[in-house]
Amino acid sequence: MTHRVASVQDLEALRDSIRADRDPNKTVLAICAGSGCLAYGCLNLVAAFRDEVSKRGLDDKVEVRATGCPGFCERGALLTVFPQGIFYQRVKIEDVPEIISETVLGGKIIERLLYVDPNTGERYVNEDDVPFYARQHRLLLGNNNKIDPTSIDDYLAIGGYRALARALFDMTPEAIIAEVKRSGLRGRGGGGFPTGVKWESTRKAHGDVKYVICNCDEGDPGAYMDRSLMEGNPHAVLEGMLIGAYAIGSDRGYIYVRNEYPMAVENVGTAIRQAEEYGLLGESILGSSFGFRVQVSRGGGAFVCGESTALMASLEGKVGEPRAKYIHTSERGLNNLPSNLNNVETWANVPLIILNGADWYSQIGTDGSKGTKIFSLVGKVNNTGLVEIPMGMPLREIVYDIGGGIPQGKAFKAVQTGGPSGGVIPESLLDLPVDFDELTRVGSMMGSGGMIVTDENTCMVDLAKYFVSFLQEESCGKCLPCREGLKRMYQILNDITSGRGTEGDIELLERLGSTLQDSSLCALGSTAANPVMTTIRYFRDEYEAHIKEQRCPAGVCKELITYYIIDDKCPGCGLCVDPCPTNAITFVAKKKPVILDQDLCIKCGTCYDVCNLGAVGVK
Amino acid sequence: MSELITLTIDGRQIQTEEGKTLLEVARDNGIEIPALCHNDGVEPYGACRLCLVEVTKNARTRLVTSCLYPAEEGLVVETATDRVMANRKMLMELLLARCSGVPVIQDMARQMGVSEPPFRPEYLENEECILCGLCVRACSEVVGTSAISLVNRGVNRQVAAPFLETADDCIGCGSCVYVCPTQCIKMEDVDGSRTIHNWNVSFKLKRCSKCGNYFAPEKQLEYIRQKLSLPEDFFDVCPNCR
Repeated sequence: MTHRVASVQDLEALRDSIRADRDPNKTVLAICAGSGCLAYGCLNLVAAFRDEVSKRGLDDKVEVRATGCPGFCERGALLTVFPQGIFYQRVKIEDVPEIISETVLGGKIIERLLYVDPNTGERYVNEDDVPFYARQHRLLLGNNNKIDPTSIDDYLAIGGYRALARALFDMTPEAIIAEVKRSGLRGRGGGGFPTGVKWESTRKAHGDVKYVICNCDEGDPGAYMDRSLMEGNPHAVLEGMLIGAYAIGSDRGYIYVRNEYPMAVENVGTAIRQAEEYGLLGESILGSSFGFRVQVSRGGGAFVCGESTALMASLEGKVGEPRAKYIHTSERGLNNLPSNLNNVETWANVPLIILNGADWYSQIGTDGSKGTKIFSLVGKVNNTGLVEIPMGMPLREIVYDIGGGIPQGKAFKAVQTGGPSGGVIPESLLDLPVDFDELTRVGSMMGSGGMIVTDENTCMVDLAKYFVSFLQEESCGKCLPCREGLKRMYQILNDITSGRGTEGDIELLERLGSTLQDSSLCALGSTAANPVMTTIRYFRDEYEAHIKEQRCPAGVCKELITYYIIDDKCPGCGLCVDPCPTNAITFVAKKKPVILDQDLCIKCGTCYDVCNLGAVGVK
Repeated sequence: MSELITLTIDGRQIQTEEGKTLLEVARDNGIEIPALCHNDGVEPYGACRLCLVEVTKNARTRLVTSCLYPAEEGLVVETATDRVMANRKMLMELLLARCSGVPVIQDMARQMGVSEPPFRPEYLENEECILCGLCVRACSEVVGTSAISLVNRGVNRQVAAPFLETADDCIGCGSCVYVCPTQCIKMEDVDGSRTIHNWNVSFKLKRCSKCGNYFAPEKQLEYIRQKLSLPEDFFDVCPNCR
């Protein structure tokens, strides 16, 4: 049955009826069905729970809900049992009957499935107490496992579209813009431009037709926060866009989602259909004179299309290439008309600001960066996943307290923030409060929120080479410094990591980097040198070791390293003999060290990886 | 009539009409700024970046491309500061490394004091095309045929006919050849036939009924005739004999 909601009273009546149908004490088994847990096979888990619940005739008492991603991807598949908030991790299909019998029916905790802090040995029952979550401030992600993203009723039940009602009936467009400005919200897509100021200039721009656009073309390797919001809570993004459109004076919009995110495409499509059916999208929304329509446009997989002008070119059906922004897109954007583009996370913040007020929002964060930011915490860190923190949290707290430190007791080396064109931040700056301005000050950037942790086994020159290799392929190729400059940077870095580096290479890289920063057409080019510039700035000695001593201190660059057997430690077990692809290792006798023939060794590192005793060295 | 504005370029106060770009204003006033991807006949593009200048506005100084930046009241423009020259030099070195054997590029580099690029000799390339996109823009904006385009991304970018095959929509007008700054598009007229090698196309040339000279590809003349609704026999004689 379709309810068309024609007024605020209708909306509240609908919300009340949805809530009345729900028993707050009913057990809800919330299983993460985000992209990470999908890879763990969570859909089978959802099906198994549903079967088990039906089989035992518990359909009235237990709801099995496939939700969005709450963030702790390292420990998937994730299950939260509401209303208690019991958190089970690494749940397998075999655990299903026991969870129903013991926890759901018996009220008992299954110790085995609880999270145990590997550092302290402490067990945690409640999701909110798990250190990974406890230090976060999950304004946005916190809702992900409270709702089924394909159900608008779930979103309404947690207060959805109330901010829209307030915006339409209790606020003027100018008041909304003033509120967003006062909140201090800055664009989460990378630039950090004040959102309210952007809205204001689009509102003031001449023209009857204006667009609002949502950028969900998240192309950074290892970053997936926008994906998880779009997959897990698409109505929050829609509600933010609706409020923005009303404030700006726009009646049409686009959501640009990369096609590599099939579930985001599907869920936002479902959300749009549902909102249209309820009358929350379309003409005279909630009985007001405001109307808004939004279309989904799928991106074709070009990293550069995350750049606003390239994205708009792509929306127009042209090749996604940036153009100069001397005339802002707020004046001439999509189809040469005033356009306001914000990223997914920015839009999702808007309903919270309207509902709770700018004063509440601006209490969170630092002087220049308000609110929370979601980061993809990945790489050499124990707890990989999505973390949402208040702006200003020291990097050390993110890596150690939330991230649980570096695996296998290895030493921390650096964090690379801001995606492929962000910079690396060394250990000496671990106490840096993470916000827009501080990250920029040390040569990195917020970007869209990638955070890649590296340990002692990561070579900084090799890391810079990886990002430059990515960027030279993803550069659109339009402007000379980005296209030719990145190509040359890659050649030089490749030479250095192959032992062919020469005196002057570092200075040439710096000169190329400064030209890219200064003279590129768009932000992809002007930031592309960050990985190189910051690794030189903080790890110059590592570059010099490669060039002057033909040595890779991290033991990564093949041409510069030698594997050797540490005779004292090798008991001659022979475990490394068979895996060696070139038969370079010879078994001598038990209790005698094996022999590694350097002439045959291709430095694949297999022996190093298989040896449990640390008897293979690398220098 | 556009409004008049005053700005300063290299210390000179200049009055100009609103709506012009900095490059236009500079050139109108005899101030030379190098540029390779610019041509007055097509929209500015901003690809070669050589026309960078430093502008100061509201106490904020930054580098901008003069071919795209609109002239503004009170703007202070410097066309040859150390920062501009350092960038331009590196850009020239990058261009020369790509097109190490192209005379136009070699000459321009020499003028900027660049004799050889600072990269290893084995990495130097001998491309002729600088990917300025002038041919593509002329074909689409001036001729209106869009027979060729820029394809692929990043280091693999190139100008090409559709699917790297033949440019079926090409009318053989040669605008691309005319506009190319490095003369890398090869066109020849032989025995009543025109070939543009880069796009794998050949055209029959029209012979003038009076002087008997070949004067243009038949396909181009037909394209013009239809576009302007000219009589069928309009191009039977060449422009010289008309």
